[in-house]
Amino acid sequence: MPTRLCLNGVSKNFVMHLQGGAVLPVVAEVELAVAAGECVVLGGRSGIGKSSVLKMIYGNYRCEEGQILITDGDRIVNVATASPREILALRKETIGYVSQFLRAIPRVSARDIVAEPLIERGVERDDAVSRAEDMLARLNVPEKLWGLPPATFSGGEQQRVNIARGFIADFPILLLDEPTASLDAANRAVVVDLVKEKKASGAALLGILHDADVRERIADRVIDMEAFAAEKAA
Amino acid sequence: MTATSETWSYNFAYLDEQTKRMIRRAILKAIAIPGYQVPFASREMPMPYGWGTGGVQVTASILGPDDVLKVIDQGSDDTTNAVAIRGFFEKTAGVATTTATEEASVIQTRHRIPETPLSETQVLVYQVPIPEPMRYLEPREAETRKMHALQEYGLMHVKLYEDIARHGHIATTYAYPVKVSGRYVMDPSPTPKFDNPKMDNSPALQLFGAGREKRIYAVPPFTQVTSLDFEDHPFAVQTFEEPCALCAAEGVFLDEVVLDDRGGRMFVCSDTNHCEERRAAGHRGRLSGDPTKTEDASQGERP
Amino acid sequence: MNLPVFDDGAPLLRASGVTRYYGTRIGCTDVSFELWPGEVLAVVGESGSGKTTLLNCLSTRLVPTSGVVEYRMRDGAMRDLFQLNEAERRLLMRTDWGFVHQNPADGLRMTVSAGANVGERLMAVGARNYGAIRGEAESWLDKVEIDTGRIDDDPRGFSGGMRQRLQIARNLVTGPRLIFMDEPTGGLDVSVQARLLDLLRQLVGEFGLSAVVVTHDLAVARLLSHRMIVMRGGNVIETGLTDQVLDDPRAPYTQLLVSSILQV
Repeated sequence: MPTRLCLNGVSKNFVMHLQGGAVLPVVAEVELAVAAGECVVLGGRSGIGKSSVLKMIYGNYRCEEGQILITDGDRIVNVATASPREILALRKETIGYVSQFLRAIPRVSARDIVAEPLIERGVERDDAVSRAEDMLARLNVPEKLWGLPPATFSGGEQQRVNIARGFIADFPILLLDEPTASLDAANRAVVVDLVKEKKASGAALLGILHDADVRERIADRVIDMEAFAAEKAA
Repeated sequence: MTATSETWSYNFAYLDEQTKRMIRRAILKAIAIPGYQVPFASREMPMPYGWGTGGVQVTASILGPDDVLKVIDQGSDDTTNAVAIRGFFEKTAGVATTTATEEASVIQTRHRIPETPLSETQVLVYQVPIPEPMRYLEPREAETRKMHALQEYGLMHVKLYEDIARHGHIATTYAYPVKVSGRYVMDPSPTPKFDNPKMDNSPALQLFGAGREKRIYAVPPFTQVTSLDFEDHPFAVQTFEEPCALCAAEGVFLDEVVLDDRGGRMFVCSDTNHCEERRAAGHRGRLSGDPTKTEDASQGERP
Repeated sequence: MNLPVFDDGAPLLRASGVTRYYGTRIGCTDVSFELWPGEVLAVVGESGSGKTTLLNCLSTRLVPTSGVVEYRMRDGAMRDLFQLNEAERRLLMRTDWGFVHQNPADGLRMTVSAGANVGERLMAVGARNYGAIRGEAESWLDKVEIDTGRIDDDPRGFSGGMRQRLQIARNLVTGPRLIFMDEPTGGLDVSVQARLLDLLRQLVGEFGLSAVVVTHDLAVARLLSHRMIVMRGGNVIETGLTDQVLDDPRAPYTQLLVSSILQV
């Protein structure tokens, strides 16, 4: 299967100017590749920089060194040097991101939040909304909540809304940042199914999963981030 | 100029010759750019602002010894303002005055255009309190001048829109904005909109003087003057249900006169000269003062 | 965040080295960026950072001391805004652009009705049918969530939030492609702010508008904008994707700004 995502020599430091310019190394010389139809999981202790790698791929964190190559249709884009406009285009068409935390927008209903990625990609509104409702139902979000803004939902409900939003569109590359944390067994199983469907459809998935059981069921490979630790464990 | 006047110590028509030249230059420019407000160095006149100082200065600048002057105020030749201004020019210029519209060569007016059609040999001088039609919506003079320059006249329709929104029809009945020769939007001074159609294509030269605001503008003879309106709320003049109570004229502008404290009232011609001429020609209205004709009134149109 | 409808052509607005001095004092120096159709750019910074000076230079309300601002006209031609004649510039401002002031009274005619406020731009470009103008005004009041029963009321009787929404409707009625906003939520209660932000977000998405939003509120920038420029003392401190600048700020000043946000 073709490679969709490839990191070459990616390093990241935070410079904390408010603490006298202290340099906080995050990761160094990260090398990894994810092929279509594959689910790769980043492993390693917390604080090792797994989330930072996902955020760099999504363009949320800047990448100072190395290349982050994304296959976008018939061209290859280096996120590390891409213009903001190119990154926005990648986020619209190519890279999806499922995070743990939902950034609720005032007054926008759960149904609309989930449907939004489809509408942005040109799906008819009615169609997008009905698919959003199917997804919410699948993740056991009670129907009476669909029309409400998720700001007041419980943590688990918000997370499921966010998962629904992350999985609804067919992104060729999907980044999973702890999608199953604090989900019950039934909903974890739904996520496992969703990931399997994405793999079957040829998406490349890169994720962080602490839940060993879920990891076991979906990961094709686990990459130990310890190898790229900026400061080797003492 | 003429020294036959008893008040030889005044220059002819009060203003000095240099001032008159300055004002004439402004008038010529105003005629050249129909509807455009030309600034001029308005002088102190022996009457307060608001009493027609702009019109008086224009009249003084165009008046010659052979002119015949008529002055009207709200259509009437015998109100204070009209009498005072007529007297002013009789005294300072020694010109002939008249109340008959057709005899006058220069007519200075406040608020009306005579009912008798004007001719090519006549000049109508308007006294203007506020020359800027957009003043109430856009108080910045620099801005309104720019809007005139760039023909940004959307604001005038905002005013008319407001009228319809509040009253169901365009309720502006006087100082109704017009577009002159397809270019400048102009305030026709506080004449009733009834008179707007008379400005259009008029054979007489129309000059407008605003003394306090120091502006002169003009509508040359035979110039198109269009009242602004909406497609679905077209411009229309006032109509009156009954004819003049004194001369039975129809299709003229009428004033309401309260007769007693029991609600009695009558409508009479605003143009007093027109009314008098009609009565002299034998026309009689419902309340005409001629006692021998009272049966006319009883046979009249009113139940 | 809604994502823009990109088209392949040139940017809509291009600023190159825009600099403005007030005498010897710096307003803003050497600001360059490109704005594409459908993009929302936030300019953030504290009072005196030069963000409003920049906004005024971009919107031709102020002439830059040096630098060029170009805009892609509807015919596709890129024109230097300060080479346009005044008539062209003013036409642009009341048809293809909008300007939302922080204080709605600066952008509204306070003594005319809401309907006339919305209809003015239509009348300015030649609409002469009262019924049609009123119908359009009604539909816009509805879009900005103002009860259409208030169409004949003047904005003096409106709340701050309603006035701001009315100002937005007044600006959008001619279908502009670019909106300038100066602290659009400044001075509003938090709940009113949230409603307005959501509305702006919706309208920007629905009409594919481009916008330059000046704000000191990073939350507003996060919610509305795709990209941001951080300014201080007239200089550009940092630029980038909005979430990038806020989540991974690089410049010391941006780090300070981000760390100063109150968490609720």
